[in-house]
Amino acid sequence: MLEIKNLVVQIEDKRILNGLNLTVNKGEMAAIMGPNGSGKSTLSYVIAGKEDYEVLDGEILLDGQNLLEMEADQRAAAGVFLAFQYPLEIPGVASMTFLKATLNAQRKARGEAELTTPDFIKRVNAAAQQLEIPKDMLKRALNVGFSGGEKKRMEILQMALLQPNFCILDETDSGLDIDALRIVSEGVNALRSPDRAFLVITHYQRLLNHIVPDTVHVMSAGRIVKTGGKELALELEATGYADYRETEAA
Amino acid sequence: MPAVQETIDQVRSIDVDQYKYGFETEVEMEKSPRGLSEDVIRFISAKKGEPEWMLQWRLDAYKRWLTMKEPAWARVSYDKVDYNDIYYYAAPKKNQAPKSLDEVDPEILKTYEKLGIPLREQEILAGVEPERRVAVDAVFDSVSVATTFKEELSKAGVIFMPISEAIREYPDLVRQYMGSVVPVTDNFFATLNSAVFTDGSFVYIPPGVRCPMELSTYFRINEKNTGQFERTLIIADKGSYVSYLEGCTAPKRDENQLHAAVVELVALDDAEIKYSTVQNWYPGDAEGRGGIYNFVTKRGDCRGKNSVITWTQVETGSAITWKYPSCILRGDGSRGEFYSIAVSNGMQQVDSGTKMIHLGKNTTSRIISKGIAAGKSENTYRGLVSAHRKATGARNFTNCDSLLIGNQCGAHTVPYIESKNATAVFEHEATTSKISEDQMFYCQQRGLSEEEATALIVNGFVKDVLQQLPMEFAVEAQKLISISLEGSVG
Amino acid sequence: MADVTLMKTPAETALAQAFESAKTLLPGNVESRSQAFELFTQRGLPHRRVEEFKYTDLRAVLRDIAPFASAPSADEAKAALQAAQALAGVEALQVPFVNGHFVRNAVDLGALPEGVEIVPLAEALASGHDWLARLSPVKWASENPVYQLNTSFMADGVMIRIAGTVDTPIHLRFVTAAASAVATATRILVLVEEGASVTLLETHESTDGANHQPNDVVEIIAGDRTNVQHVRVNAEGDKALALSTLALKVGGEALFNSINVVAGSATSRHQVFAVLAGENTNLRVNGATMLKGSQHGDSTLVVEHAAPYCESRELFKTVIDNEATGVFQGKIIVPHHAQKTDGRMMSAALLLEEGGSMNNKPELEIFADDVQCAHGATCGQLDEDLLFYLMARGLPKKEAESLLVQAFLGEAVEFVENEGAREALIGTVEGWLKARA
Repeated sequence: MLEIKNLVVQIEDKRILNGLNLTVNKGEMAAIMGPNGSGKSTLSYVIAGKEDYEVLDGEILLDGQNLLEMEADQRAAAGVFLAFQYPLEIPGVASMTFLKATLNAQRKARGEAELTTPDFIKRVNAAAQQLEIPKDMLKRALNVGFSGGEKKRMEILQMALLQPNFCILDETDSGLDIDALRIVSEGVNALRSPDRAFLVITHYQRLLNHIVPDTVHVMSAGRIVKTGGKELALELEATGYADYRETEAA
Repeated sequence: MPAVQETIDQVRSIDVDQYKYGFETEVEMEKSPRGLSEDVIRFISAKKGEPEWMLQWRLDAYKRWLTMKEPAWARVSYDKVDYNDIYYYAAPKKNQAPKSLDEVDPEILKTYEKLGIPLREQEILAGVEPERRVAVDAVFDSVSVATTFKEELSKAGVIFMPISEAIREYPDLVRQYMGSVVPVTDNFFATLNSAVFTDGSFVYIPPGVRCPMELSTYFRINEKNTGQFERTLIIADKGSYVSYLEGCTAPKRDENQLHAAVVELVALDDAEIKYSTVQNWYPGDAEGRGGIYNFVTKRGDCRGKNSVITWTQVETGSAITWKYPSCILRGDGSRGEFYSIAVSNGMQQVDSGTKMIHLGKNTTSRIISKGIAAGKSENTYRGLVSAHRKATGARNFTNCDSLLIGNQCGAHTVPYIESKNATAVFEHEATTSKISEDQMFYCQQRGLSEEEATALIVNGFVKDVLQQLPMEFAVEAQKLISISLEGSVG
Repeated sequence: MADVTLMKTPAETALAQAFESAKTLLPGNVESRSQAFELFTQRGLPHRRVEEFKYTDLRAVLRDIAPFASAPSADEAKAALQAAQALAGVEALQVPFVNGHFVRNAVDLGALPEGVEIVPLAEALASGHDWLARLSPVKWASENPVYQLNTSFMADGVMIRIAGTVDTPIHLRFVTAAASAVATATRILVLVEEGASVTLLETHESTDGANHQPNDVVEIIAGDRTNVQHVRVNAEGDKALALSTLALKVGGEALFNSINVVAGSATSRHQVFAVLAGENTNLRVNGATMLKGSQHGDSTLVVEHAAPYCESRELFKTVIDNEATGVFQGKIIVPHHAQKTDGRMMSAALLLEEGGSMNNKPELEIFADDVQCAHGATCGQLDEDLLFYLMARGLPKKEAESLLVQAFLGEAVEFVENEGAREALIGTVEGWLKARA
């Protein structure tokens, strides 16, 4: 499904990704772990198409399509979804309005008809209920004045609505208390399907107790340095990233 | 920053094709001789069948105007207007005081239909959806061509008619109030208007009456080389309420056309006037050729105690806008509000804002201004809030925010805040910012194009003001803002 | 402005006469003085229809021109300096001026602290010193009529060069002592070399309380990575008409922190013209103004962010008692290329009694899109709830007011880094409040 080959990326002359290779298959739940500054968030931004990054080499293919040639919105329409570590606030734009605008923009891009309002509301309400998002929150301006947990739930709500086929969760567990973590994880698990792949970026093993990965990759100094099963996460929890930092210094 | 470069390129290509009201209507016109003189003023007055006092009023204004100088303090620059190269009166020939819509030139009705104002249907639909009805007075170049719902309004005692008719039919009311808010000698453009105004609307709401529908005037400049000088006078008698909306459009022309209107509002004790404007005069092309010079004097007088005047404006058109809808808060406990969205793109120049003059006790005012500058435009907020010695307990809150799109435009804030009363409390805040790249990326990651994302964020930015507009106009205004900004991002 | 009438007011005529008789007697190049005076004459004394002087009508205020003061005798200077009090307790290198003339024998120019060089201006003008070429670095000042008058009439002052870290503050003491009203025009130029740091104190006072007319200009050119702490105190007598200008040009990665405290003058106008000429510079300009009786205090400020990535903070506090009038005019200018500018300007005024006035005009002039700029302005009374709270705790009303006013002004004063100066300023505020009670 997602194939990254020899990706080299820099920002303002600073090399962040150093020939990164990664494959995520259909239906797979892949996790990337690594110390701070190893380039995890950069990877998520580059896949989603943020402009500030300069791709010097390599390619990113989603079902064979070259993502690097596409704008961020085209990638979204192709099925890439990034749940942000720090979701943005958009003053004056009600969450409901935002959800409708994005859903219809994607449908339009894929040549599908726009949803009718009742149909749209039905979908939102169903998804909101599962994530324990109260209705009045949907009327408020997007993410404005939301708590950390509310923002993360709003991200997962968008994911549930937009039905992407490749989801990146960037440090989704940061800033969540235990209840919020459970709700968010259940929301993610409910979306697991044989047609959809996930890339979960996290610093801690905690999230992976709730969202159990098929594969765990360890990232350091802009490269995947080790790949294993879910037990690798537990191993890391015990030993820390010390072993991998050396690679970084090298 | 490639996005910015593209923005610049796109901005270059816009404007001409964006203005969808730029068509011209073929109507036979009758015009005054070109230029301005006492004879031209006599001609206009005679055409309108005015009484002698009105003619005298105009002539006095003209004499005064000859001694005045065009103001130069606003942050706008433009080629000098040749006041002797303008037709001060132009009227569709067939229209000699139409008695009903059937007598109006069908070409003109078609024009209004194109503009989205089907006058005929307004009447036909009456009763179907009573709460949504809007009475419309349509002004085509210099004359009012059609006023709808006249009959029903008169049942409520509301007078809504072209001002030229009101001068003949209600001379006492007109004489009492006209010039009492914007004196003949007020400023260069207002004085010019006093001399040559051709038409406009007159509204009187009797004591205790809540006007049963929205009142609306659509102004259209059609003829070449004409200036439009309308004059509007709205009087809300004690305890009454009225909501009034004006809209404006003009064809695309290479030359600049002058629009110098005067609007006077009078609110007596406990009365409330809501005045909304959706201004979409032709802004000129990408190089700044053509477009309307919009030099307008609008002022409301909260004359009675606890009266309220609210100005709401959505300004997207005109090459140059010079406009400061103001409130004189004379009555104790009166309230003035100003909500503004000013969008400028291409080579447009906007210098707009308000004046809140607190004279009475416990008067309050509120100013919310949202300026959006794109292209190579200049967008200035200029406002005055003042409390005089006797304005004990005056309160003002001002918030003016500016948004810049691209780095070839300018956004400026020039507030004057003057308090002569220790018990007055004034708060003013202003910010200038841009749409953050992170916000844009977030929206795009969810599948919105750059243009859709910009429109969405801008609509959020102006929401506080849009909410002040009557529902149907809010939707129209929102579309208008999106159209005005089309192509401003790459 | 072709339509301006060229009729001269009596004051303008008097100034012209004063200039004619003084120009050849004043030190230095007559040509450049004449040019400045010619520029001034073109527009004359600014009045309320000149936008920048809308709230301070100099044509109305400046009716009689006082004679320009001559240099004091050594005894007169000594007596004046002994009587002077402003920031007197702060340990510093004293650079005194009496009646606008540098008191040469009060400073040993040969034994200055390391990194400090001082050249008397009158001598420099007469000899055509190299540094003179660096006068007038800011165009916003050069275009200003008050500044032009100073350039026309400047009789003395000093030029100071700072290299390296100078720990001892430099205290510029301006004292006027004359039997009747005099006018003065002093000019200070401070060159802060790359990487240098210095604290400049500036105090203005008179020992006799006459209606003097000082017009002083301080120009500071601070290079890259400099750190300048500047404190100015207007403690003039209650009849003075005090005009002053601070013109700044600051390089990159520098820190500049200035405060002007106004506790005197019948009419005062302090103008700051700052140009941030290098990236990543941090500017703070504060003001704390205390006005009573029928005093008029004007703070006018232009900050031009001429380079990207700079931050400026302006905080002006004005307390107005009786029938005094406060004025704040501030403008932040951000040209097209000054991206990532972060500018914030705030003016807050307290009106303590019926009859006072405050005029605020905070402006933004922005041409760059990637900036964050904001301004705020408030005016009003002391918070009644707070006042009640304090009174309910047993404080008499005046004391409660004093406490709140002190806190209000304290927000502007607290940024003063030099501890002695900061405490002295707090003392000035306390003294003002005590005189009120």
